[in-house]
Amino acid sequence: MEGAGERKRGVRLCCVCKKARASVKRPKTLDHICRECFYHAFESEIHQVIIRNSLFRPGERVAIGASGGKDSTVLAYVLSKLNRLHNYGLHLFLLSVDEGITGYRDDSLETVHRNQVQYGLPLKVVSYKDLYGWTMDQIVDVIGFKNNCTFCGVFRRQALDRGASLLKVDKLVTGHNADDIAETVLLNLLRGDVARLSRCTSITTGEDGPIPRCKPFNPNLDSFITYAYFKRLDYFSTECIYSPNAYRGFAREFIKDLERIRPRAILDIIKSGENFRISTTTKMPEQGTCERCGYISSQKWCKACVLLDGLNRGLPKLGIGRSRGSVGSENGNESKVEKSIQGKQCGTLDF
Amino acid sequence: MACNGSGCQSGVCYKDEDVTRNQPIKSEETDSTNPTKVCIKCKLNDAVSGYGGIDDGRFCADCFKTNLFGKFRFAVTSNAMITPTDKVLVAFSGGPSSRVALQFVHDMQERAQRNFDASRDRSLPVFAVGVVFIDESSVLSIPSNEMEEAVEVVGEIVSSLVPPRKDLHIVPIETVYSADSGEGKESLANVMNTVSDPTGREDMLLCLRMLALQKVASEYGYNRIVLGSCISRIACHVISATVKGQGYSLPADIQYVDARWEVPVVLPLRDCFAQEINMLCRLDGLKTVKFSTGPGSSINGLVSSFVSLLQEENPSRESTIVRTAGKLTPFQFNRIPEIIDGNVPLATRRRQKRYNLKSNESVSSESFCPLCNSPLHKSEIVDWSNMDSHRSSDLFNKSCCSSCQFQILPSDSTSMEQFYMDLPRSMVGRAKQVSNGKLSLLREQIQDFLLSDGEDET
Repeated sequence: MEGAGERKRGVRLCCVCKKARASVKRPKTLDHICRECFYHAFESEIHQVIIRNSLFRPGERVAIGASGGKDSTVLAYVLSKLNRLHNYGLHLFLLSVDEGITGYRDDSLETVHRNQVQYGLPLKVVSYKDLYGWTMDQIVDVIGFKNNCTFCGVFRRQALDRGASLLKVDKLVTGHNADDIAETVLLNLLRGDVARLSRCTSITTGEDGPIPRCKPFNPNLDSFITYAYFKRLDYFSTECIYSPNAYRGFAREFIKDLERIRPRAILDIIKSGENFRISTTTKMPEQGTCERCGYISSQKWCKACVLLDGLNRGLPKLGIGRSRGSVGSENGNESKVEKSIQGKQCGTLDF
Repeated sequence: MACNGSGCQSGVCYKDEDVTRNQPIKSEETDSTNPTKVCIKCKLNDAVSGYGGIDDGRFCADCFKTNLFGKFRFAVTSNAMITPTDKVLVAFSGGPSSRVALQFVHDMQERAQRNFDASRDRSLPVFAVGVVFIDESSVLSIPSNEMEEAVEVVGEIVSSLVPPRKDLHIVPIETVYSADSGEGKESLANVMNTVSDPTGREDMLLCLRMLALQKVASEYGYNRIVLGSCISRIACHVISATVKGQGYSLPADIQYVDARWEVPVVLPLRDCFAQEINMLCRLDGLKTVKFSTGPGSSINGLVSSFVSLLQEENPSRESTIVRTAGKLTPFQFNRIPEIIDGNVPLATRRRQKRYNLKSNESVSSESFCPLCNSPLHKSEIVDWSNMDSHRSSDLFNKSCCSSCQFQILPSDSTSMEQFYMDLPRSMVGRAKQVSNGKLSLLREQIQDFLLSDGEDET
């Protein structure tokens, strides 16, 4: 809008440097800027987030969760650049999880392998097969296409933590766009997860745990995609073959619609999430450790152990949905248990 | 306690146990053998379905109605919404929710009247009920014949709900201006035309509507305003308020009681689903009014279609949303203010005290947005000492919440000035209160040391 007066023979000039041709419209301010100014703005936004929240200390070992997708590729690129530029003094690593999904993860892992060379960052891959003895392909064979994302999500979270501890890193960073976080706020609101609702907007989580996680997202809504596109970054952009209409997609569609009407809605959702004051009388899950594997868990067994136990016992639907019974003590008539679980419709969507 | 386990030889206990053990099994058997579904409550009539929620298809028509009325009555009594001495104003838009609210309030009043007539000492008076219908045709483009028809229908509905008699107030929205209605209409049109954002227009109308309700209530001496907001409506509000960045003030709007206004507002249908309400209207043939205004491309419209999509997918989604948002800390004004007046029967006061006790945790807020009256987050409260401009329109702009600033207020200074001039005086008056807020906060802190209650001395 502002650049309207600076048209020169139909070519709009960048409203920052006023020299180069503008090629990007920034979603928040609607300013038209050129590529170089866009790069600069994008990188300095992330730098500001890192400095403001003092995310890192010199000498720290930091793992970047790398899926090969646009967000993590951009984060890896920008973080390694900023590390050099501003002398953060960080030792950066790429950490990937191999879920064992043929036709999806094997291809995206190749991208990560190329990134390893391109950015000169050491890479560690942890696989579901090694950690749990099951690949996602095998799990889907057993459970089908419904609820498989529950397994994948729970296993991935733990796999990232295990990989990070193998790398002996101090922090784990993950690539998130502002709309990912807005989406998470909405989803937590929709499904009644008060504990996550209260912490999903904070940049650093799990500070009391072994390895804190942070998500230095860009608060100015500049799309990671635009950055990746202009920088010609090597990323993998296929959707997972097992989640054609996962529940998250519902919320994502809604957010896209919102963005069309009002771009700043995404930031407003995050702002709302930050300003929610959860009543102190609300019962929050108490954090303990899993009796089986020692991972952080609010229950006797962590979710991954419950799911894995179900898989290994041939009861893959154990631990999905609302059944809150403690699994470890269920030694009764197994065939009966199976029957009652099979009889129950798998309608509870664990999104 | 006396007979625990093996020590007890008397056959009575044993028999008792046997009976209680057998009962549930029996009822399970009848359930499973019967192909046509019988109401789970009375076990007599056939169950009806179509009212949504998790109970859909479980109750017969009568039990469904009793159940729905029960939800209403529980909300009313457990929050001390209506007490015998009250004068209640039902905000009736003509839609199904407020129609049901009106019906239920009437049913309750009718019962109270019967009890009053039957009681010997007549100690508990019957609460009074009035109905208000706001004519918004000067803001929305409603065909005049439709509005005339609606007014007629509303009149018929209210006159059918007797005895006890109910006053009906039909008021144009421009009543928020104290000047004569012609001038008010013009100012109102100016204000609404300045708001360019479609969502902002809808929300502005909402603010004005509340202002009009408050005005009618205080003019005619009502001390409660009943809104028909149902759980579906509140779920939509939770999401749209989140989308508009109102996460801080959101809990204020979704409680049973909202006493931040001069006349407290109560939401007795907070636990009823829209589908249940529609079902009741169908079953009892309750007449409703619908205007032919097309849905705009606003955030509110987008949210409500999103929520109804989710509700279709999962019949308890709306209540999950409201329950989650219910975990957010409410504000101090989210309860009926306690009565100190000695004329009120002791029983009433005692009841109120008991129910008010549970809201022990709340946030006190002393600054409100002059436009939408939502409590302001500390980041939205202006430091007046740093204000460089002294134009009252600028001061007004600065004292609004960030959501109103974005979607309602004009961005340039000249249109802001015009907008400010055209606003109802009661909104402008609120802004002045905000700028005095800091002073009153100070007063609050030193209250224990002040000897006089008067403002003038300070």
